[in-house]
Amino acid sequence: MQNFLAPIQHARGISLIAAAATLFLTVFLTGCDKPASTPGAATGPIKVGEFASMTGSEATFGQSSHEGTLLAVDHLNAAGGVLGRKIELLMEDDQSQAGQPATVVRKLIARDGVVAVLGEVASSRSLEAAPICQQNQIPMISPSSTNPKVTAVGDYIFRVCFIDPFQGTVMANFARHTLHLKKVAVLTDMKSDYSLGLAKFFKEGFIADGGAIVAEQNYSSGDKDFSAQLTALKAVNPDGIFVPGYYTEVGLIALQARQLGLNVPLLGGDGWESSSLIPIGGVSLEGSYFSTHYSPEDTSAAVQDFVKAFRAKYNETPNAMAALGYDSAMILADAMKRAGTTDGAKVRDALAATKDFQGVTGKITMDADRNASKPAVILVIRDGQFKYVETVSP
Amino acid sequence: MTELLQQLINGLALGSILALIALGYTMVYGILRFINFAHGDLFMLGAFAGFYISPAVAAVLPGPSLGSGLVVLGLAMLICAVLGVVIERVAYRPLRRRPKLAVLITAIGISLFLENTGQLVFGATPKKFPEIIPVYPVLKFGGLSITSSQLIVLGVTLLLLVALRHIVLKTRMGMAMRALAFNPEAAALMGINTDWIVSFTFGLGSALAAAAGILFAIVYPSIDPLMGILPGLKAFVAAVLGGIGNLPGAALGGILIGVTETLVAGYLSSTYRDAIAFGILILILLVKPSGLLGKKEIEKV
Repeated sequence: MQNFLAPIQHARGISLIAAAATLFLTVFLTGCDKPASTPGAATGPIKVGEFASMTGSEATFGQSSHEGTLLAVDHLNAAGGVLGRKIELLMEDDQSQAGQPATVVRKLIARDGVVAVLGEVASSRSLEAAPICQQNQIPMISPSSTNPKVTAVGDYIFRVCFIDPFQGTVMANFARHTLHLKKVAVLTDMKSDYSLGLAKFFKEGFIADGGAIVAEQNYSSGDKDFSAQLTALKAVNPDGIFVPGYYTEVGLIALQARQLGLNVPLLGGDGWESSSLIPIGGVSLEGSYFSTHYSPEDTSAAVQDFVKAFRAKYNETPNAMAALGYDSAMILADAMKRAGTTDGAKVRDALAATKDFQGVTGKITMDADRNASKPAVILVIRDGQFKYVETVSP
Repeated sequence: MTELLQQLINGLALGSILALIALGYTMVYGILRFINFAHGDLFMLGAFAGFYISPAVAAVLPGPSLGSGLVVLGLAMLICAVLGVVIERVAYRPLRRRPKLAVLITAIGISLFLENTGQLVFGATPKKFPEIIPVYPVLKFGGLSITSSQLIVLGVTLLLLVALRHIVLKTRMGMAMRALAFNPEAAALMGINTDWIVSFTFGLGSALAAAAGILFAIVYPSIDPLMGILPGLKAFVAAVLGGIGNLPGAALGGILIGVTETLVAGYLSSTYRDAIAFGILILILLVKPSGLLGKKEIEKV
């Protein structure tokens, strides 16, 4: 039996080695030249990479954003593609984990030969991928990373959302002048660049408006118990609490605040925008406000057409992450059309020159720092729904 | 003053959950001299078992009530006990006569396996744990607040502590467990079915983890497949702090950690909460390496 099997095993061993060698060579060779980005090779689909948190702690962000991006690609291809070629979207999941974005974006650029990269929602993960895109001169568009540091990485890095100095100031003005709050406490996620940045700009704006920050506390993403911090906040009697975190913790924070008898409104940013927020926080979130990028209740044609198409494809109402994912792909296609090529440097120049592009999330103009200058909307949570309050222009 | 009292209540509530997880850790260690690193993941599976069976229970026993909550708790404990026995049978028993390190590393492997399978099967998005018992503030007194869920956690922890002590010290099964802990070979020679005792110990430990998981999910109703990692780690520290293998020690250690963490976050710095809290624990262990209630053990040569 052993002797009988030996030659087969041997043969299998050889074929395995051969397969490994072929695989290695393929990877090596495709890694060396950039197939799709060379000018003149204008046949076949245009490969666009996307990295998103499809699984892991912020999975709903990645999934929403990806659904929006996919819808945009559908629309572009249905209209005949870009430069006469179809768009092929290659998506990689970064599992909401630090370290993963660098790996998957390197793979997208080196092995798949994408001409541009779309992603991510979380600023920490966009910051990880940005230097790689910059180094390879591949334009990268973040749909919804709001931390200013992201586009500061280099001149190939863009975004289609507003940035935290704007969002923080909008929320500070709203808290001070519309809600007439005087003393606000801040509860920050110290593990997140997004949260730290937003907290900083909110504090500056609120103090500039004549308000006072009466207490500051921190937590780490992944925490479940916030009672110690909330009890300390309760002791100083704030009029409101600014919680610039992600939806994963905000629900529990609201719940525990109410249990401790802390019944002031909570305020937050676009990190709250998720269908998972309300199920966990429930009635504790009633009367809380947050700023975000768009509202499906907006009656403009651009928004209503998008909402209709999105509902037709996914049977749900798109949130801001989906709208921004859509805009990120659309603005890239627009730049490619104007550049007349998929060449990285030329697309970069076209992106930088974007002016008054009518996106779903408003008119987008790229400023000198490659950030989108555009309005923000403020939503309130009422009857378990996100309700539109007002739009604030820059 | 009110604030300090409230912080102590918060710490006690957090600590009693850690104590509950630590009880399972310490019991398995006390009998088998083996740290089951998958304990935190059985804790997670307990919460998910509760999540999936509670709609079925609600169909028979409607509404959040203490009765239906206890049924969910009991069923989840049963499911996890079976899982614990299966894990022991499949992963640990074949390694019983191998070096302790092999079993330890297998336990870490099981832990990673459960976490990643959990993400695949349950999905990584946090889920809302249904309200299986009514949660309401039972005490609102001069700004103090205690919820019904916090009281139930404290009560169940004490109850399980007493029940465990009774099982280990007063029953025939407990006597067999202690005999096994003392000398497995001699116990086997005396006619004790050691395989059965080890299975029972794992089943009991896993049921405790499930109970902790359900109670944790009642107090913090957001569950995800990675929810067991941090509480598991802290409960392990609690067990070591109290003297690993010692049941009241685990409870004491858990409550100490909960209170220390809360007071550090509330009064010193929420940024360095874990660093300061664990620094204090290291100091305690430097003074008393066998843990607060642990006995000095003499290694047999």
